[in-house]
Amino acid sequence: MADTPAEAAQRPSGGAASPPAIELKAISKSFGPVHANRDIDLAIQRGTIHGIVGENGAGKSTLVSILYGFYTADSGEIFVNGKLENITDSRHALRLGIGMVHQHFMLVDNFSILENVILGAEDDALLAPSLSKARKELKRLADEYSLDVDPDAIVQDVSVGQQQRVEILKALYRGAEILILDEPTGVLTPEEADDLFRVLHVLRDQGKTIILITHKLREIMAITDNVSVMRQGQMVGTMPTRDTSPEKLAELMVGRRVLLRVEKGPAHPGKALLEVRDLMVDDDLGVRRVKGVSFDVRSGEIVGIAGVAGNGQSELLESITGMRDQKSGDVILNGKVLSLEGDDGARRAREAGLAHVPEDRQRMGLVTQFEEWENNILGYQDSSAYGSGPALDIAAAQAQARDRIKKFDIRPADELLKTANFSGGNQQKIVLARELDQDPDVLVVGQPTRGVDIGAIEFIHNQLIGMRDAGKAILLVSVELDEIRSLSDRILVMFDGQIVGEADPATATEGELGLMMAGISGKHAA
Amino acid sequence: MDYADIISALAATLRLTTPLLLACLAGLYSERSGVFDIGLEGKMLAGAFGAATVAYLTGNAWLGLLAAIGVSILMAMLHAVASITLKGNQIISGVAINFLAQGLTAVLGLAWFHQGGRTPQLPDGGRFPSIVWPGATQFETVPIIGPIYSDLISGQNIFVYVAFLAVPITWWVLYRTRFGLRLRAVGENPKAVDTAGISVTLLRYRALLITGVLCGIAGAYFSIAQSNGFINNMTAGKGYIALAALIFAKWRPVPAMFACLLFGFLDAEQIRLQGSSIFGWQIPVQFIQALPYILTCVLLAGFIGKAIGPKAGGIPYVKER
Amino acid sequence: MSARRPLPRWADVALLPVLNLLLALIVFSIFVLLIGQDPIAALGIMINGAFGYGEGIGFTLHFATSFVFTGLCVAVAAHAGLFNIGGDGQAYVAGLGAIAVGLLLDQTSWLLVLPLSILASMIVGAAWAFIPGYLQAKRGSHVVITTIMFNFIASALMAYLLVYVLKPVGVQEPSTANVVNAGKIPQLRQFLPFFGNAPLNLTIVFAIAALFGVYFLLWRTKFGYALRTLGHNPTASTYAGISNSRMIIYVMMISGALAGMVAVNEVLGVQARIVIDVTAGYGFVGIAVALMGRNHPIGIGLAAVLFGALYQGGLDLQFYMPAITRDMIVVIQALVIMFTGAMEGLLRPGLETAFMLYFPEQKAEAQKRETVGTES
Repeated sequence: MADTPAEAAQRPSGGAASPPAIELKAISKSFGPVHANRDIDLAIQRGTIHGIVGENGAGKSTLVSILYGFYTADSGEIFVNGKLENITDSRHALRLGIGMVHQHFMLVDNFSILENVILGAEDDALLAPSLSKARKELKRLADEYSLDVDPDAIVQDVSVGQQQRVEILKALYRGAEILILDEPTGVLTPEEADDLFRVLHVLRDQGKTIILITHKLREIMAITDNVSVMRQGQMVGTMPTRDTSPEKLAELMVGRRVLLRVEKGPAHPGKALLEVRDLMVDDDLGVRRVKGVSFDVRSGEIVGIAGVAGNGQSELLESITGMRDQKSGDVILNGKVLSLEGDDGARRAREAGLAHVPEDRQRMGLVTQFEEWENNILGYQDSSAYGSGPALDIAAAQAQARDRIKKFDIRPADELLKTANFSGGNQQKIVLARELDQDPDVLVVGQPTRGVDIGAIEFIHNQLIGMRDAGKAILLVSVELDEIRSLSDRILVMFDGQIVGEADPATATEGELGLMMAGISGKHAA
Repeated sequence: MDYADIISALAATLRLTTPLLLACLAGLYSERSGVFDIGLEGKMLAGAFGAATVAYLTGNAWLGLLAAIGVSILMAMLHAVASITLKGNQIISGVAINFLAQGLTAVLGLAWFHQGGRTPQLPDGGRFPSIVWPGATQFETVPIIGPIYSDLISGQNIFVYVAFLAVPITWWVLYRTRFGLRLRAVGENPKAVDTAGISVTLLRYRALLITGVLCGIAGAYFSIAQSNGFINNMTAGKGYIALAALIFAKWRPVPAMFACLLFGFLDAEQIRLQGSSIFGWQIPVQFIQALPYILTCVLLAGFIGKAIGPKAGGIPYVKER
Repeated sequence: MSARRPLPRWADVALLPVLNLLLALIVFSIFVLLIGQDPIAALGIMINGAFGYGEGIGFTLHFATSFVFTGLCVAVAAHAGLFNIGGDGQAYVAGLGAIAVGLLLDQTSWLLVLPLSILASMIVGAAWAFIPGYLQAKRGSHVVITTIMFNFIASALMAYLLVYVLKPVGVQEPSTANVVNAGKIPQLRQFLPFFGNAPLNLTIVFAIAALFGVYFLLWRTKFGYALRTLGHNPTASTYAGISNSRMIIYVMMISGALAGMVAVNEVLGVQARIVIDVTAGYGFVGIAVALMGRNHPIGIGLAAVLFGALYQGGLDLQFYMPAITRDMIVVIQALVIMFTGAMEGLLRPGLETAFMLYFPEQKAEAQKRETVGTES
């Protein structure tokens, strides 16, 4: 993927003769009292792939949103190809040749690919001429950049990788010379990601400028020519990629030495506490998402399920925890088959000794409008710990909340504060405190550190290891392969609704795992 | 029931379908753009009042129609400001508009005309007549197709033709024009539209403008075409039936036409069936009157179940951080 | 989340609704001018009519009693995320329960009739709300549409019953038989002649009890916790093991039961029988009351009195200014619903900015929340 030293030497990585494609000077942007961007200076050379890396909340997305015209900077100057510009909206940005490929696709699901491409770029009040022109243009782009798509396919029916191609095509169709990609590989398999990088290289070689936003250091090292690091709204460094390393970048990103691995002792697994047998689960639209999954989780071990988001992991988790009915199959806890039908299945799962830290805390695991102590009892509201009859023992609930705040170092230490006012990391701690403190036999965890700052990540990982060592059975689902590899005692790979392979984290390489995640090898190859 | 009865029943159906269809299509534009509008009833009522008032004062039915459209647009814009600009609860806004129309038409009606809330009878020229097509009387004797031409198609009010013409026009606008593409898009994924550089706000305002126009026409039909002046609450819940028809038709123009025809037919039969009996049990008037509403609930419960409307429906668009 | 500068509690709960009311009254005055009357005089008559003399106060409280019930009806459903517009129909049909108890127990004592008729009307009201609730829970039919439909169906049903089935022989007007003895709820004026001819009756005791009851239910019980969870976040509610479908049905039934109690006040407390449209409009006032009262029992109590005053004031107004009819009150109602419910965004941002300017603690508090909340 990366250039040979000879190629790299030829490629301009700074101080080229022609003006930079994009130059930012002293860009600042605030939202109320929050300084999303502070005095940013940045130069991006034409015909290069320039990575911008930083943690969640570092300000990367805000910066490129300014470039794309979605926001206007409070102060500072933008130069496009050497000319001072005031980018007012996305149409203006496109006229200047700046096109954006969003992290969350901006597509109309029930439109065809063709319709999505021309939306906003129609020439005429009548559609027919625009459609035929676009069809021809799409063919040309496909041939030139190997971006094949079926123009008449409906967006919600095509793969995620294809949908991303549509986003790229949209930008190219509108004449973008500078492409911005925001976290493009989050939902791709390693193979789809490679495809994308191949396309990006072709685009670069044809003279396009690519700005790549990512938090994945491996990607930065693999395909970028230059990289800029942002931290807490400021630009902390720009350098040629060949002059740096993931460790150095991570340090710049966080500002202190970061443990990229978790310290843990060996596992001592006992008997199986959670058994899943031939589970079949459908999603809301009736599409089969889990196609016959079986596995065990024993006490004292962490089983990690690796896989690209969208391969059935969410439905699997929801089914095991009682939030979604199974089509067929069994979930067995402590030897007893759980009956989880009906929309109150989660209650029965909890009663059987299962705790659930959900993938999406704001959507599932918390009621953000509630005060902290109210979220502390979420899922356990009928327990006698909070009153023996129908009345709620508020004092008891609040006392317990205060207790947990201390135990889990939740900040601010105010059980009466509205949950929405806690940071992402602390919100996750609230959920964890609630679920872990139940002393469950089985803990099911989804994306435990999504949107959580590095300090809290360490804390959360240590909590999970602690539970494992206390003899609990933990099922971990995460799209962060690093997290799976560092926490799990056993790795199962899920692809297209099935477990396609098992791996030992000590010996499995990322390549092997990546292939399984793409359904290439393993027991149930696609 | 002989052939002539069938024809007359169908003719009555067309007449009763007309306001439903206009209101239904009105609702289609706004809901497809992502704005719930249960204020169709209020806009029609206000439009009817406006039409009758101006038609009475000027003796000109066309001016009355214009007034109806104007009043209805005013109320639609009120809903637009509340829903789009102020990002308020769209259902509450719709309910409020219905009340506003109900109250204001009664108050102003009494205050201005002193006839217990109704407008006086319209003078000549203040009412839209029915249109007789050429050769209607001659054609009548032709077997089968004759009465269809002379009693069903000919002799209807111009509004009837407009309403049914509005269906293919709406279809064409929705699926063959740039505006229609963007309209459908903004109801599904307003963010996609916004990032494409199109103003979500403007698009939705335009949709509600069309809603206002169509509701105004529907309202005018009541007071200056179908009847001879405004009577208190003359829309009698038709706006809600139009809404039900829209949901039943899953927000598509041609099925909407069929849904409205069905409800129009029921309405026509209600008047006809009064007094007849089934198995010796006399059908009470009230049952027939309740039938459209009962049927709507049955349909909502059975056939449609989880009708999935425009994905962004009812959710005000906010530029997220 | 975009920048938010929350108002202090008192401003949110009291000041804002008052300002919205003021706005509604200003618009109302414009309409009054439009029909050539004097708005100040009109308001003066209304205020005097509502609070100026004993009988007026009696009527105000009598109306407020019904509005408390329908306001609570809307509020309870709203806390669960449901919009129950069917209060009118639920109250109307509940009349059957009330009159049945009243007639059956007419020769016993009011001590028996009062609680049992409340119970009966609650049951019937709940039953009428059950079907829309069930349809929403199990079939996904939007409860707004179905409750509107059921209002119309209720009208038709009751009309049929009052004309063909329940009308006593020899009576012209569609109605039921009269209660003559114990079926009549004791009027407060029997102990307090201060209230003149106002039909203010013992139902008000139940209204006050309902306010406390709903408060307790929503914030002090496990059921109420589950209810509010569903209203805030249905996914979290499923996560918490709450059966959303069952909760929707229960909530609609409770909501219908609350609306049903209006029947006791109107049917047994005033008319002594059911007449056509005996409870018409109360359900919709309930929407305005719930909105003004911020869906909280305290607010609802106050808002109910406010609207009772508007109704009674409106009656007096009609008497002294015949050009302005009862429908004017509907207009005020509509304006209140619009400003408080849908056009919140009109006054709130301006108010928030004003508070930021004049109260530095407010600003500091808001800033603190900003930085904490937007970290990740």
